[in-house]
Amino acid sequence: MKVEIISKIFNPWEELQAYEKTLIAQGKYGAVATFVGTMRDYNEGDIVQAMFLEHYPGMTEKYLQTLSETALQRWDILDTLIIHRIGEIKPGETIVLVAAWAGHRAPAFESCRFLIDELKSRAPFWKQETLSEGVRWLDQCH
Amino acid sequence: MAITIKFFASLREQVGKSEVQIELSDSLTVGEVWAQVCDNSPLPIHILMAVNKEYSKQDTRVQDGDEVAFFPPVTGG
Repeated sequence: MKVEIISKIFNPWEELQAYEKTLIAQGKYGAVATFVGTMRDYNEGDIVQAMFLEHYPGMTEKYLQTLSETALQRWDILDTLIIHRIGEIKPGETIVLVAAWAGHRAPAFESCRFLIDELKSRAPFWKQETLSEGVRWLDQCH
Repeated sequence: MAITIKFFASLREQVGKSEVQIELSDSLTVGEVWAQVCDNSPLPIHILMAVNKEYSKQDTRVQDGDEVAFFPPVTGG
């Protein structure tokens, strides 16, 4: 199980391969489900030039660790990997990688879906977009 | 007792501070902490709260040395 918050650009496929090589017993898994989230250059009808991703140091990591542990308990899976960017991000760059290894495809798909859905709805990250006319936070308290 | 309060993202800009320390004579709830540091303004509807880096509720009681955080709905992934 690995959770990483990273402030530099990363290649999700290289990270996936590297993790698989070092930490997963070859021959033990029959399925790996992955989700890769990438920054778009548009949102809500506007052209987005860049994005700044803020997190809550300590809490975000803790939340993602607990989430991974929950997935490992709930499904018959062997391992999980979550890597999430913070800081300045440009369109086309990877924001998040989630992967789950299992003996079979059903628990791999289901746990991968669970991890990205929970991450998006509960993990403390906040996006601020840069548009041509200035910056805007994606969500605010009302 | 002393507690630390943190604000994140758009809420930090709205409140105008990222972190404050306060001394309390009584034990307060998270909602009461908000009122104390934000001049009794009502708690925003969609606000999220945490105590010691775990999600909490408005009526969670705060202990000496705790870190309380307020932040807007999350938008990661």
